This record gives sequence, structure tokens and C-alpha cells, in this order.
Amino acid sequence: MKKDEASCAGARVEKLVELRLSKDGSRRSFLKSALAAAVTGTVASGCDHPFVKDLLQKHYKELSDEDKKELFQRIEQRTHAWSGVRVKVSDPQPLDGVHWGYALNLNHCNGNRRCVEACARENNLPNDPEIRYIRVVEADNGSQHLEHGTVNYDREQVPEPGKYYLPVQCHQCRNPPCVKACPTKATWQEPDGIVVVDYDWCIGCRYCQAACPYHARRFNWTVPSIEPDRINPDQGYLSNRIRPVGVIEKCTFCLHRVRRGRYPACFEACPTGARKFGNLADPSSEVRQIIASKRVWILKEDLGTDPRFFYFYA
Amino acid sequence: MIRYLQYLKSCAGCVLRGGRNYYLWMGGLFVLTFLGGISWYHHIADGLGITNMSNQVSWGIGIANFVYFVGVAASVALLIVPAYIYRIEEFKAVVVLAEIIAVISVVMCLSFIISDLGRPDRLLHLSPGLGVINLPSSHLAWDVMVFSVQLVLSLYIPAYLLYKRYLGQAPNLAFVLPPVMLSMLWAVIIHTVTAFLLSALKSRDFWNTGLLAPRFLVSAAVSGPAIILLCFAAINRYGGMRIADRVFDYLAHVLRVMLPVNLFLLGCEVFTELHSGTAVTESARYLFFGLGEHTLLPKFIWTAIVFDVVALVILLVPRWRQQPRLLYASCALLVFSIWVEKGMGLVLPGFTPSPLGEVVEYVPNASEIVLTIGILAAGALLFTAAAKVTIAVQTGRLRLQEGDA
Repeated sequence: MKKDEASCAGARVEKLVELRLSKDGSRRSFLKSALAAAVTGTVASGCDHPFVKDLLQKHYKELSDEDKKELFQRIEQRTHAWSGVRVKVSDPQPLDGVHWGYALNLNHCNGNRRCVEACARENNLPNDPEIRYIRVVEADNGSQHLEHGTVNYDREQVPEPGKYYLPVQCHQCRNPPCVKACPTKATWQEPDGIVVVDYDWCIGCRYCQAACPYHARRFNWTVPSIEPDRINPDQGYLSNRIRPVGVIEKCTFCLHRVRRGRYPACFEACPTGARKFGNLADPSSEVRQIIASKRVWILKEDLGTDPRFFYFYA
Repeated sequence: MIRYLQYLKSCAGCVLRGGRNYYLWMGGLFVLTFLGGISWYHHIADGLGITNMSNQVSWGIGIANFVYFVGVAASVALLIVPAYIYRIEEFKAVVVLAEIIAVISVVMCLSFIISDLGRPDRLLHLSPGLGVINLPSSHLAWDVMVFSVQLVLSLYIPAYLLYKRYLGQAPNLAFVLPPVMLSMLWAVIIHTVTAFLLSALKSRDFWNTGLLAPRFLVSAAVSGPAIILLCFAAINRYGGMRIADRVFDYLAHVLRVMLPVNLFLLGCEVFTELHSGTAVTESARYLFFGLGEHTLLPKFIWTAIVFDVVALVILLVPRWRQQPRLLYASCALLVFSIWVEKGMGLVLPGFTPSPLGEVVEYVPNASEIVLTIGILAAGALLFTAAAKVTIAVQTGRLRLQEGDA
């Protein structure tokens, strides 16, 4: 697309040179035109440079369909260039009348952390330095004091007697402190309730990370290193595409899956059936049934973040 | 226009000429700045992973220094009050120098912030027109706005006053007083907005207190005058300009009043946090007593409190505070103690423990320390150069000559 424009500009300049030459065949004006052509050419090819393109890229919400097409192609080509893997970047849109919600049965969760691993696989999370969206807190029975629990437990067998397990990921709050914090609107809440990040707009100030009471946001401290054979080629622009260095990322309830009628990866991986996922706007959905009939509680409810993530006992 | 270029040329000449010690000092600072620049380059090229920050403690020494120097920039208003409200001549002579300290503090703040960004190449996303600014909800966006205004104000005031002085003309008060009055208000605003940036976060109990903004202002009224007093003492000694004793007395007086207030506010905070003994006060316990094997911060904060008390005793005993050496020593103690109290001692406990209860101890590594020293050296370099020009203009050594332009 841009290449055509550039060659177009080149043709225009050539024409201009010809015109000038025919008008007054003087050497001086030819030189002038040639200089103009050289400058235009440099500018045009400069705009083609990937660095300049990145610099001039617009906010997600200002991208036209054309822009998106070209941008996704660029990302696909870049990934192919370093990994040899052909990926497909897409941008599934929120579904009308859907508000995604999660419910997690703490009686069933046994801390096996399959969800953590499946999430990492699905979302192209690097191992070095390790980024994981879900943290499972192992805490003593009879205490909700998180400081007394640990997320770094290493056991041959779970569950450990006398302990319970509390998986925490992005709660997709209705009143998200992270969205309020972002100085550049690089993170926002989609109509279906999922809080997303435009990885190409984030400036990496990490204020959202400080604002999140659920420790749900992760920063790319280095260029994410991911082995080519671990790359998931089905990539959403606002979800699991491979992130650039220096930006924030987070759980998106696997929006590239759920908006196409599939379940999130953590849901599918859970062997205990502790995870329940569905449409909060639909009174007959399982999550709504659970909220209506089970003993449900919300983590840090006193902060008024109004999450779309519920814990329950059943 | 040509006259202004001529002025800039003579300013440059003034900066470039100097004795052997001047060259040594500037050369040393330049080397440190250069080393800091190399470290900054690595921050950009390799990512912030070369620092010791983590997802648990995601802000470190950079933000601590930012908060600290916001205070220094704000505190300059304390010198503008006697100069322009009480119209005391001795103070008018130092207003330009004070404003230069302010503008350099702002430049250092910006350097600390920008070098702490994951994507400094996307800084334009924050600018009006080109970017998307999240107003009114983001406190950080507000901070960017008020900082831009502060930068313009504190550049404009000394630049205008100096140029007028160079021309040998009296400054037009209509061009001076409104921005000067505004800059006094702005000093409160930049520091309050910076405090709100932290205190508005409900996720971080340690910062989430109404006392934070008042504490910021009061501690700024300690660290600022201490730094200004030391800078002025250096000018008296090496700069070839005599700053009136009255200015020093005033600054010492400000310290004598504000330091006890600062200690009082700190005490209020400590009492409430530790006496309540609730789970959300874990951060305060980390700061004052340490959590488990993580006991680095208590060493710093208790040293700072001891420094505060020693400085206070010096400042309160007339016989001691009248000895310049003891006065300067107490200022040096305060420069450090406030840096601990509202820098590292404020930022780090906010992140420790993390919202899910993880305790990760952060200590800046070599690359962060080199970068910090580089930015501090750049600030000192700029200050020396700007102060040299200012003194030359103020004392009439640098003046528009009859034959010029």
C-alpha cells in the first residue's frame, strides 16, 4: 500500500522534472528539480522505514480498517522474520449484549496451577523473564491475610493439608483503577467488559500497575523471549499477540477466543471444574445462576472496583 | 534579535571561560553525565530489565528522585515570597538564582521520569494534539500538564530578568509580577498533584492517606531550603558574588520552623499506622522494622530520623547554628534524610508487600545508580553554568556594551 504511494510520489516528481525541463531547459532549474526529487524520495522512503511507521502509528481507536490490515500484516511479517512462524493477527470485536464474567469455586480449586501454564501457552507469555497472568495464592485455612500466604509454593502434591488456594487474575473491574490511571488512554474497557491494552500506544510508565489492587498487570522488562515452537499463531491484536518491550500487558479473558464462542484457556485447562465462565448479561447463564444461588464473595470488595470476577463455595 | 544572539554569544563565552578549578569541576561533572548517558542508552536499548525493578516493585530510585526534586522545585517559592510579597531587596537579587534551581530541578525530574519510561520513544503520545491525554481522570496526565506549565514559568522568569539586566534596563513589572505570583501558586500545585498521584491509589494503603500532600509540602520546605542554602554558600565561596547574610538567616529560619512540623507529621503517620496494627499497615512495618529477612529499609529510615534530630538540635541552638560549618552540615544531613523519607522510604513501602502479599526487596543496581549520578551531575553542570552567567550579569560584568550590535 505505502509502497505504491511512494512510487506514485516518485512518478509525480519525475513528471515535474520533465515539465521543468520542457519549460526552460536551463541546467540550474533541472538541478533544483533533481534536488527536490531526491528530498521527496528520501522522505517517502523514510516514511516506509519500520521505525518511522511505528513512531507515526495511531491509537487503536483511530485506526481505520485499512490501517489495521496493513498493521496486522506488518506484525505477522515481523514475527515470521525472527521466528519463522506464520501467525495470524486478528481483531475480533465485542459481541452485542455480552458482559463476560468469571466465577471460581474455591472448594474445588486445589492449587494445581494448570490454568497458569495453559494461560502462558495461549497468550504467548515468555518464560525468561517469566510473565504469568494468573497467580495462585496458597494460604492457611482460617485466614484471608494474603501477606501470610505465598504464591511461590513448590509442592510435589497439591493440595497441601491445612491450606487453601486462591487464584487471582485480572478481575475486569467495572470501575477499573488502572484505566483511570493511564495518562494516554492506552488501556480501556471494551463494551463486553474486558479491559485491554494497546501495546503500541502504551508508554510504559507503569502507573496502571501501581493502581491495580489485584496485581494483575505485567510489564515487559526486556524484549519478550519466546521459543518459536511455543508461539500460538492465533493472535488477537488486543490480547495475545507477542508484546513489544517496555509495555504493560494483562489477562484479557482470552478475548480472541471468547469473542469467537470458545472458552478462555484457563477455563479449559482446569481439571477440577472450579472455573465457571459466561455471560453476566444473560440471566440463564451458569455464572449468573451461581451468583444468585451460591455463597459468593469478591476479593477486596471494600475498594469499590466492582469486579467481574467472583469467588464462591459449592 | 541580533542583540539577543549577541547576548547568547556572550553567555556562552562566559560559560566556556574559567580558571583551572572551574574546568576540572565542569570536566568531572561532564564525565559523570556522560557515564549516566551511557547507562541511559542501555536502559533504552536493552529494556528496563537491566534495572532491579520488578513486577512487584515496579517503581524504584527514578521515581523516588522524581518525587524528591519536585519538592526542591516547589520550595523555591519560599524565596519568592520575601522578594515579591515583602519586597526585600536582598532577596530580589537571589530570585534569579532560586528560579534557576527550580528550572534545573524540573529538568532533572523530567529526566528521571523519561528514563523510567518503558517506551520513551512514545513520549509524544502525551502531548496535546499529537497524542491522547487521559484528562480529567489520570493524575499522571495532570502531573504532565502542571509540569509543562512549571517548566515554562521557571524558564521564562529568570530568562526575562537576566536579559533585562544585561541590557541595563529595569524589568517591566507587568511582565514579571503575574508569572511570579503564578509560580508561587504553581509550586503548591505541582507538589500537591504529585502527592495526589500517589495518595489517590486505593491499591496502595501506604500512600492512600490525606496526610501525603501536606507532608510533601512540608518536607519540601525542609529539603528545598537545605539545598538552596548549600548552593548559595557555594556561590559565596566560589562564585564571586556576595549573597546577603539575611538570605541565609531566612533559610535557616524556615528550616527551624518546618523541620519540627515535618517530624510531627511523620510522627502522626507512624502513630496511626503502627498503633492500629491492622493488616494494611504491613508496609509501614516494613519501612520501620522490616519484614522477615528484609531489613534494609529500616536502617535507612532510622538513620534519616537520627539525622533529622541532629540537624534540628543544631538549628535550635543559636550558638551552633551561627557557625556556618555546623549550619551547612545540618543542611547536608537534611538533604539526605528527606531523600530517604520522601524518596525511597516513600516509594518502596508502597509496593511492599505487593497487593497479593509478596515481599520483594528492591535495591537499585549499578546501572540505576550510575544513571542517577549522571542526572544529578547534569543538574550540577547546568546549575554551575547558569549560575556563572547569572552572577556575571547580576554583578554587571556581563553587560551590553556601547559598541555591541
